Amino acid sequence: MTSKKKRKPVVDRAMCAACGECAETCPRIAITIRNGIHAVVDYSQCVGCGACAAVCPASAISMKMEAE
Amino acid sequence: MARKSWRNHLWLVTCLYFLLGLYNIAFAWLGLIFFVTPLLISIIKGDKAFCNKYCDRGRFFRFLGGNLGLTRGKPMPAWMKSAWFRYLFVAYFFGMFGSILVATWLVAAEAQEVDDAVKLFMALRLPVDWSYSGALLPALTHSDGLLPSLTYSGGLLPPWAVQFAFGFYSLMLTSLVLGLLTMLLFKPRSWCVYCPMGTMTQLICKIKEKES
Repeated sequence: MTSKKKRKPVVDRAMCAACGECAETCPRIAITIRNGIHAVVDYSQCVGCGACAAVCPASAISMKMEAE
Repeated sequence: MARKSWRNHLWLVTCLYFLLGLYNIAFAWLGLIFFVTPLLISIIKGDKAFCNKYCDRGRFFRFLGGNLGLTRGKPMPAWMKSAWFRYLFVAYFFGMFGSILVATWLVAAEAQEVDDAVKLFMALRLPVDWSYSGALLPALTHSDGLLPSLTYSGGLLPPWAVQFAFGFYSLMLTSLVLGLLTMLLFKPRSWCVYCPMGTMTQLICKIKEKES
């Protein structure tokens, strides 16, 4: 059995300011701001590039390894 | 890098606002648009579409910090991102806004002359002879000393409205300076983390979600 590890962005909801910078930056348009409260990542679209984590001014997005 | 969109040019609105204010302080009143719109959107639609899509200030910092690279790109300190700091900044902001309203009221009640100065943090006077006309077009009404001085007398705006304009322009400039500082020190849109409008609209959205 083979397992492929993938990086995925995890949003710290308490820290998120819902500014929308991640959503604007995401090349896959995989991030939306839910009800103006926090960012939500659509993992079916996410390619784990980390662009969102890099631009987040509140450092509320961290890239975590995940076994697929 | 941001995707292509007409909204990426919204940073020009920030430049236009401050230039118009330099030309005539009466234009400072237009800044109320940036206060009322996000609040209305959050109350009616229950989201932060203003911050997410249309805020000129956010695009301004992204343009300077992101596109032109005027940023260290470091994470903000934990205390600056904390909830208590965000709400404390809202309180400070309300304090500034309140003092503007008091000054406006005192001028309206003829208890005080118009203080025609742009002040950072409500205290530091900019060393500019800014005394501008309340008319839509600046007009030289009198001159004393070497520098020509423009006054609000005879303008379209009553003195209280001129007082509010000076106060409001000061508030907008103060927040711009703070935003530029945190853009340079941290990530481009660091201002958005502690922007009082952002904190307030996020709070409104949270309350709306709890209600539904």
